Amino acid sequence: MGLNGDEAVAYAIKQVNPDVVAAYPITPQTIIVEKFSEYVANGLVDSEFVAVESEHSALSACVGASASGARAYTATAANGLALMWEILYIASGMRQPIVMSVVNRALSGPLNIHNDHSDSMGARDSGWIQIYCENSQEVYDSHIIAWRIAEDLNVQLPIMVCFDGFTISHTMENVYTLNDDIIKAFIGKRTFPKVSGHLGETELRLNPSCPITMGAMDLQDYYFEHKVQQHEALQMALKVITSTENEFSKYSGRNYGLVQGYKMEDAEVALIGIGSAMGTSKYVVNQLRTQGIKAGLIKIRTYRPFPKEALIEAIGDCSTIGIIEKTLSFGTTGGPLYQDIKSALYDYNKKPTIVGFVHGLGGRDTSPENLIQTYQKLIKIKDKNERISTLQYIGLRE
Amino acid sequence: MSELSLKELAKKPDLLCPGARLCAGCDEAIIVRLVLKATRGPTIVTNATGCLEVATSSFPYTAWDVPWIHSAFENTAATASGIEAAIKAMKKRKEGPLSTFEKIDVLAFAGDGGTYDIGFQALSGAIERGHDFTYVLLDNEAYMNTGIQRSGATPFTASTTTSPAGKVISGKMETKKPIDEIIIAHGLPYFATLNAAWPLDVVKKTRKSIEIEGPTFLHAIVPCSRGWRYPAEKTIEISRLAVQTCVFPLYEVNYQNGRPIYKLSSPSLSIAKRPESKRPIEDYLKSQGRFNHLFRPEKNVKLLEQIQESVNLKWEILLDKCGF
Repeated sequence: MGLNGDEAVAYAIKQVNPDVVAAYPITPQTIIVEKFSEYVANGLVDSEFVAVESEHSALSACVGASASGARAYTATAANGLALMWEILYIASGMRQPIVMSVVNRALSGPLNIHNDHSDSMGARDSGWIQIYCENSQEVYDSHIIAWRIAEDLNVQLPIMVCFDGFTISHTMENVYTLNDDIIKAFIGKRTFPKVSGHLGETELRLNPSCPITMGAMDLQDYYFEHKVQQHEALQMALKVITSTENEFSKYSGRNYGLVQGYKMEDAEVALIGIGSAMGTSKYVVNQLRTQGIKAGLIKIRTYRPFPKEALIEAIGDCSTIGIIEKTLSFGTTGGPLYQDIKSALYDYNKKPTIVGFVHGLGGRDTSPENLIQTYQKLIKIKDKNERISTLQYIGLRE
Repeated sequence: MSELSLKELAKKPDLLCPGARLCAGCDEAIIVRLVLKATRGPTIVTNATGCLEVATSSFPYTAWDVPWIHSAFENTAATASGIEAAIKAMKKRKEGPLSTFEKIDVLAFAGDGGTYDIGFQALSGAIERGHDFTYVLLDNEAYMNTGIQRSGATPFTASTTTSPAGKVISGKMETKKPIDEIIIAHGLPYFATLNAAWPLDVVKKTRKSIEIEGPTFLHAIVPCSRGWRYPAEKTIEISRLAVQTCVFPLYEVNYQNGRPIYKLSSPSLSIAKRPESKRPIEDYLKSQGRFNHLFRPEKNVKLLEQIQESVNLKWEILLDKCGF
């Protein structure tokens, strides 16, 4: 059916029918909450919809609901995500498998409502799983898969499904949806890990029959161990994402992978990036290929946990790589993707040349021409065997 | 309410267990124990960051024999909203252990910092949305857990570490935020003030607030030996003085036909009936080190008169509302 990205989310969440949805409106996420409110008003879902007074309360209500055993969902963007910051770490620290859509938008200031990744990239170390989508189909599918990943007993962590504001959120595309019954069967019931409470072993949830204390004060003697457990659980998610996607593909025929290589088999130059720009990049790769240029592309879909092995495999023998990303990491050597990828490749024998590019800040359009020029720049670097360690910009006015 | 007699309550096990690390003479522990005595059955508690939270939940120990959750400082009411929504959803779907109880009460505990200041927005939102929960404000009139800094609840002239009484400034120069009026203006179904010196009043008001559907608010004055600077054994005495001097009257408010109906509780009612029994505010102030500068090196008559006038005025306004 024809859906824009936000509508695809609302439709997926309607099918999942979570127990509690707590959300606060922010552009470009608003269509999600509006559509979902309509579903509630028309009795198409029986979720408790809590129209909170802020994003901070949205995520706080989700933590309270999830701790009570509910499936909880919220959605936000940019400044809304920034306002949630404190609770991001509390949700992951309390191991609550909340699902949240982040409709990527530039962070203020100055105020800008359009797309870049400065919002969710800042939250990359908050202990949440992060998946970035390329189009509305991926957005729809990810909002179904997300629950299984987050709730897996080996993971038990919250998940952000990120997609580009306006470019995806407000752009109508053809989306293949699955039947409600398939979704229901695929999602199943939420499962809970066992913990030892003061009355003995019980499920990790607030239950008057077997009271436990959640969100206790945790000082020098245990905090460190708990944080390492959290880190290990997040690493575990790599396997779980793959197995869940494999299972999902049996119903949908679609499997995205942690990273997606496009024409990488013989690629001599490649771009690596995330989000909707990957669609444009594929188009550009096809064009370059017709000119005999061996161009390739790697889309990173799962960004947290960082898919190091899958990325190295996808890079293969490609010698010259450009990282394109919509985030400036002020005062550092490059954007977060650039830094992560470079550090992942440090121990790798084949060290490709890596150039960092920042593009599209505040919604600046990245055209096919921009990307063609970027590939051409990479070819020049390759031919001259250059090393460029300064950050490059795409589409920046001189 | 025969089960709420002192004799019956004494038999009911404490849900806030002994061994918690609150200070000697801490009034929060007294109020919380009494509030929990008043619960009618399955209860989920959420707690703001603060003295009560840190002193009762040091992992791997806990003092709570109820399902209890602490999330952050300013989001207690939002957390309670989520818990209440989850209970509703589970009951509607007849899924999970929460759906097996006929009624689960949600209690939220927060201090004055978490209520007057940083948690104010979340609280106002949760009341406006009408969630069925009882919010208990444990008002010790400053940020005690972080070391006695002034809050919106700190009274005029009280000395705190961020409003210290100095050579030119006599403690906090702003007045206490009128939280009661602000909360009552939300039009919530029940509001009451609590004082541990009248334990049965605490229990009865708590039970009433739990039984009433929708958001209810209990404002407890909780003297703090460390922050108010008095000997630990004086807690109840000072707590009682707050009512006897009318700086913290005991009353409750119900909404009937859209109008707030104010009712004085018996300790304050008897003062209303016998105004001569109202004690001067000086009795209350001089018992606490945080007001020392009003009496030493010499008595600050001007400020003391100003405080007395303000107490009188607020008491008169309340009497008006209560139909006196």
